[in-house]
Amino acid sequence: MADTRRINLTVNGESHEGEVETRMHLADFLRQSAGLTGTHLGCEHGVCGACTVLVDGEAVRACLMLAVQANETSVTTIEGLAEDGELHPVQRAFQEQHGLQCGFCTPGMVMSLAAYIDENPSPDERDIREAISGNICRCTGYQGIVAAGLQAAVEIRGGG
Amino acid sequence: MKPAPFTYHDPTTIDELVGLMGSLEDVKLLAGGQSLMPMLNLRLAQPDHLIDLNTVAGLSAVDPTDVGLHIGAMVRQADLMKNDAILTNMPIMIEALHWVGHFQTRTRGTIGGSMSHLDPAAELPAVALLYDAELTVNGPEGSRAVPMREWPIAYMMPNLAEDEVLTGIDFRYWNEPHGYAFEEFARRYGDFAMVAVGALLAVEDGVIRRAAVAIAGNQPTPQRLDDVEAALVGQAASGETFQNAAELASQIEGMSDSYTDGRYRQRLAGVMTKRALTRAAARAEGGS
Repeated sequence: MADTRRINLTVNGESHEGEVETRMHLADFLRQSAGLTGTHLGCEHGVCGACTVLVDGEAVRACLMLAVQANETSVTTIEGLAEDGELHPVQRAFQEQHGLQCGFCTPGMVMSLAAYIDENPSPDERDIREAISGNICRCTGYQGIVAAGLQAAVEIRGGG
Repeated sequence: MKPAPFTYHDPTTIDELVGLMGSLEDVKLLAGGQSLMPMLNLRLAQPDHLIDLNTVAGLSAVDPTDVGLHIGAMVRQADLMKNDAILTNMPIMIEALHWVGHFQTRTRGTIGGSMSHLDPAAELPAVALLYDAELTVNGPEGSRAVPMREWPIAYMMPNLAEDEVLTGIDFRYWNEPHGYAFEEFARRYGDFAMVAVGALLAVEDGVIRRAAVAIAGNQPTPQRLDDVEAALVGQAASGETFQNAAELASQIEGMSDSYTDGRYRQRLAGVMTKRALTRAAARAEGGS
């Protein structure tokens, strides 16, 4: 018989409660149980970064955490980043700087950069490259992504 | 659903944890999950039981001791990097942590997980070797202390019985002023080290008084370089001394794998050793 647990967590401000198999990882919970398919799954062993989400404000790999471990936490996914229909500065910068091509890596890139800039509001280009070193873009469109990160940081710290 | 089925346990105390480990067969312990979760997802590991350490109380504190610092096994790598006592007294740990995975994995990854997984390329075991750290292990008979030099037994095999768990690590600070440096070479930032070298150097009037050098990645287990240290102490902190030390480091046989030839690792061992010593000496003389 499957080993299950009842969990209750907040995703993008909304409460999600349900019975999950204990072996289900958080990314599968978000996609399959919560229906939030913006979180992408590339490699499922922590290398590609596509599944990056925020758990209690910190960037984590959702494929390397069990859903049961997210019980009583607050999770933010790409769907929860925009507020009141306004794109998050990182999202807007991706649009303006052509920071995406096929879009597969984009949710992980955006969540990683949002978390990184939140803690390091004055990054230089090297910092941004380091911040996304754990995210793989197979279109290899890194130049636009780095430019987007730098632009978003300027806006987030209020210019300058 | 990627991992094979297992029964999940979330004990809340060390006693409960040790009791579970003693009563269950085929168990894996889940710390930060940044190495074990990939193994579960890929079904390289298919344990019958998974015991989560994240719910166990008392494993996540960093406490000062008379001689240094006690770090709980479940302290996250990201929290180590923000710790003031570490920044002031063991900044080499923070320099090394920059090489551990990525910032998105350090939010979950723990010091105890790194020490117990014992990847040959892991940075934190090398730092623990530099300080001759002491590890506390709990099991059915209570707790025992393991000196760091006796922790690695073989490739990815720590000095830990099946019913034992690492609960904390004690670091003893260096009292004398010293410099430090951690150097690493990997194909890609955040990837496994081909070779990493950490060095602590106390220099007085241009002469090396105390040295600790540790290496990761070039052998199945991390090592302290005793011969290199012996060749440093009492010598002038000069390029010539560091070149000799580097040549000694490059004589240790390097291991080969699918990606990197052992001879290349040996060459890297020399280069990384020289860079680490040069930078550590500059910091020692700069008084930092």
